[in-house]
Amino acid sequence: MNNLAKKFHQDAAHMAENVALRNVIATGLGKYAEGRDKKIADFQDWQKARETASQIKRESLNNLPQNIQQLTEKLTSRGTHIHFAATGSDVCRIVLNILRQKKAKLMIKSKSMTSEEVHLNKALEKEGFKVVESDLGEFIVQLRQEPPYHIVFPAMHLTRYQISDLFHDKLNSQPTENPETLTMIARQNLRSQYIQADVGFTGANFAVADTGMISVTENEGNSRLCGSLPKTMITLIGIEKVIPRLEDLPLFLPMLATVGAAQNLTAYNTLYSGPKRPEEPDGPEEYHVILLDNGRSRLQKDPVYREVLKCMRCGSCLNVCPIYKSVGGHTYNATYSGPIGSVLMPKLFGMAAYKHLSFACSLCCACRDACPVKIDLSHLLLKNRETLSSQFAPKYEKLAFKGMSALFNHPLFWSLGKKLAWIGQKLHPLIEGSAIDPAQCWTATRKAPKLVWHSFKDLWKKYKS
Amino acid sequence: MTIDFQNILPKTETEYTAMVNLFANKSADLTTRFVKVFTQREIGLYLNTLATQEKWVSIASHHTPLTDESVIAVPVPCLWTDQGYKIEELEKVSASITGCDALIAQTGSVMLSSRTAGGRALSILPPHHIVLATKNQIVPDLPTAYRMIREKYSPNYPSMVSLVTGPSRTGDIERILVLGAHGPRKLTIILVEEV
Ligand code: SF4
Ligand code: SF4
Repeated sequence: MNNLAKKFHQDAAHMAENVALRNVIATGLGKYAEGRDKKIADFQDWQKARETASQIKRESLNNLPQNIQQLTEKLTSRGTHIHFAATGSDVCRIVLNILRQKKAKLMIKSKSMTSEEVHLNKALEKEGFKVVESDLGEFIVQLRQEPPYHIVFPAMHLTRYQISDLFHDKLNSQPTENPETLTMIARQNLRSQYIQADVGFTGANFAVADTGMISVTENEGNSRLCGSLPKTMITLIGIEKVIPRLEDLPLFLPMLATVGAAQNLTAYNTLYSGPKRPEEPDGPEEYHVILLDNGRSRLQKDPVYREVLKCMRCGSCLNVCPIYKSVGGHTYNATYSGPIGSVLMPKLFGMAAYKHLSFACSLCCACRDACPVKIDLSHLLLKNRETLSSQFAPKYEKLAFKGMSALFNHPLFWSLGKKLAWIGQKLHPLIEGSAIDPAQCWTATRKAPKLVWHSFKDLWKKYKS
Repeated sequence: MTIDFQNILPKTETEYTAMVNLFANKSADLTTRFVKVFTQREIGLYLNTLATQEKWVSIASHHTPLTDESVIAVPVPCLWTDQGYKIEELEKVSASITGCDALIAQTGSVMLSSRTAGGRALSILPPHHIVLATKNQIVPDLPTAYRMIREKYSPNYPSMVSLVTGPSRTGDIERILVLGAHGPRKLTIILVEEV
């Protein structure tokens, strides 16, 4: 077991005991689930929406090079600077160059999981730049020097009391139990920073190829402020987020809001087509769009895993996953957590490091059914396991399965085995749960089921006539 | 690929009065204040009442025939953003008054752009955003609104187009809804039926 896997098991075990934290998560996700189902019901045909969205994403990924070319040509024609980043460190280098060139001191950011993926903040802070997260949840976890807990709800693991203490500690505010007051403290604190910031940074949810536009979905308005006030604006987007046409947005935007935030639409869905135009009164004078690959084009060439690139990071699969709900976001110790993370992390950052995540799954398929673009995550996790068992399984495991296969395939061995197991179980209590118990990984935390002398098959034979 | 929107998205209306009613219902859900007035003069009267109620100190707007006429009636100074402005000053105003591209009955949304709403910041920085719309601007659904953006602007798109649905909000603390996270706490939409 590697260190990441060990840590995963330890943290998961701790989390299992932390009932208070699990309750916070259960309450938050409970509210979400109720709202989401109502919003799904507003659609006339949700299943058709999913099927259509999936097809459009697929079509788009099949033509990815052409779509990217169209996107960048349009954006460039209106004065946007396009940067291609092959890796995460390329992104950091590109952003650092822009900040230096602009003699910037402060960059204000709106939510971007892609920037988490490339560890942008750390890289900029190391070089002496100040980076401020403006999304409320991100602002909170940044003050706590923590990664986001969830790809859409970054601070969902915290109670208002914890947030009040945090603000009191870091911002000198009066303690309060009122979420509204807490939000206003953050609002006040960030207002001056939007005005002072030299650079505004945003993530993006879609890039529209045929009109050359970047689409940003949000509720708070912080992203719009990041795109309005600073003189320079930067958007970071993964290459897989390209969609073919402007007319696809009326499908994707309400779907994303429905499963992502349990809303019909989020408050702001904004399209950026370039820097401020000469006849416009405000907006950034320079607009930079960074297109990140970081393993995506490799996935695009893989006919099975290409499906993962349809993902629009809505968080829906996390919200329904029984494992995510039990072990929590930080236990994954990965930029992308939950079902999508378990599929994506090993594919992007190495199977050896993240292989344990493929087993953090009961194969219940809830994620597959919750995904708005119909990614069969549970199947892909099973696929991961298949790859792993052929590449990474230890010799004794392979041997054990050979034995099992002989046992299951020969009726004589099977009947004999049943009787021997019954006898063996009489002696089991002597070692049950201890290190020499061959079934220890099961019996350490659970009781083994009792075997009986007369099996169902025996009884069936006896009473059939 | 053409999308069968008619059978996928939430139901909507196409006849004017029904569209207005649907828009009003959606606005109520979103805590958007939706006001229907008959004449342009009534906009001014309504704004005047708001100014007193909310104790406005100053406002900001941009020049359009509709905003020009309406802002005259408000008894506080107005910052016009058309020729550029100081961010610090815009940050201090009590409310902003802008035009828009369309109102969308299906979702209670406003489509606006850097061209129809006085730039990028005017509709997001001040604490109360007031949108003025005319009768012919209401459309049935999202697909119509996006098609309209293409037909109206292509290929000279404004640098920003934003679909605004309700006032700024957050649920980041215990998933409890709070209005006015970073953008406007209040969104008022005034539809004038006869211009
Ligand atoms: S199939 Fe696995 S990953 Fe998907 S929801 Fe179930 S437990 Fe979670
Ligand atoms: S895999 Fe599907 S459900 Fe999960 S985040 Fe991506 S789009 Fe959403």
